[in-house]
Amino acid sequence: MKAATPILDIIGLRKSFGANEILKGIDLAVRAQETVFIIGPSGSGKSTLLRCCNRLEMPDSGTVRVDGVDLGHATTDINAMRRRIGMVFQSFNLYPHMKAIDNITLALRRVSKKSRTEAERIALAALEQVGLAEKSNAYPAELSGGQQQRVAIARALALEPKVMLFDEPTSALDPELVGSVLAVMSDMRRAGMTMVVVSHEMRFARDAADRVVFMDHGVIVEQGTPSEVFGQARHQRTRAFVSQLER
Amino acid sequence: MSAMERFIDTFFKPSVIASTWPKILDGMLVTVELALAVVISGLAVGLLLALIRTAQIRLVNAVIIVLVDVLRAVPPLVMVLIVYFGLPNVGLTLPSFAVLWLVLAAVLAAFGEEIFWAGILSVRRGQWDAARSTGLTFIDTLAFVVLPQTIRMVLPPLVNRTIAISKNTALGTVIGVPELLNQATTAVSFISNATPLSLAAIGYLIIFLPVVLLGSWLERRFAFRKA
Repeated sequence: MKAATPILDIIGLRKSFGANEILKGIDLAVRAQETVFIIGPSGSGKSTLLRCCNRLEMPDSGTVRVDGVDLGHATTDINAMRRRIGMVFQSFNLYPHMKAIDNITLALRRVSKKSRTEAERIALAALEQVGLAEKSNAYPAELSGGQQQRVAIARALALEPKVMLFDEPTSALDPELVGSVLAVMSDMRRAGMTMVVVSHEMRFARDAADRVVFMDHGVIVEQGTPSEVFGQARHQRTRAFVSQLER
Repeated sequence: MSAMERFIDTFFKPSVIASTWPKILDGMLVTVELALAVVISGLAVGLLLALIRTAQIRLVNAVIIVLVDVLRAVPPLVMVLIVYFGLPNVGLTLPSFAVLWLVLAAVLAAFGEEIFWAGILSVRRGQWDAARSTGLTFIDTLAFVVLPQTIRMVLPPLVNRTIAISKNTALGTVIGVPELLNQATTAVSFISNATPLSLAAIGYLIIFLPVVLLGSWLERRFAFRKA
């Protein structure tokens, strides 16, 4: 059995942009080594929810605890916590002026205060993990989309996060490149990483998700195992959305 | 007298060259000093203002925006005259060199701020997100992720603007700064021959052509590596 204490604990999370309430009270607990997929129509608040989990967005109310630490507490060192919360973006967001390896060593050196040699050793190991050790000296523009996304994953992994957040990691990729990124994510899952994934890769979710969460209009409509949510959803909204995905 | 002889006699008269070149050289030196002072201080202040603007303090930003717009709108010559002839009336007399330096540095700072700011804004939001998500501070994100990309993007407009404003050192003529053009016009008024002006033009070429070439070299040097 997997550990019961949640690594990521979201309680009563609310967030508005102007008059537009994006998150209307979200409760979600993610246990260590669990892989949770969040699905839902665009505008349902999935990305905002992820971005509240590392304070890229500041919630209006509610609590986010990572490994027991309240991110919103006045004494919390948010930059120290962000090291523990890896994030992977739809558009990769590699630093275009830096080689792959320097993309990874920057935070190791500036945040984790590693020496150059130590940072490079860790970065190479992370690149090895995503199968791109031989590309360490390539600039992002010299890499395919799939390779860029794997470097971005390595950049987060190198900091030894407790939880990884994936915001539509394969949506910007050509279909033939999606597999390489999903393979890396499968490896991470097998290695015991806790992952929260916003993605509509349904086939991958069936294989890799411990739990699927369906969000709509800023609330969690329902959640369950992949077979429950994809096969026998209780809510009409979920069934309608899932049938759209299958089309 | 042939046309060619007349041309040489007007613009490149050997006796005038012989008698005025030391003055022209003195003027070049002053122009170079002035241009260096303007470029270094103007770009530094411009970058500083753009960085202050990233802190998003509403009142501070409003002040910067108004200041920058005024400095960009008023012709530098008008400002030079106002500062040089106006300030003594309030009891502050600055040497003409200092007046020209301050005015041109302020103008370059204003244009520089706008160029740097536009460059900072054009760095995609995702770059900030990625850097902050790995725990980098705001300052580190600026220094290591955003500014290096900004500089590459703004180099062409920045170099052009810097050259344009540096050439305004010629405005020193109207307030008696002994810079290149001033030395030339002074010499002309004594001898009624355009040769010193030709020498001045050559002097400006010697000073600014290498800067233009350096600018294009920098643009190539700092362009993103393409696949």
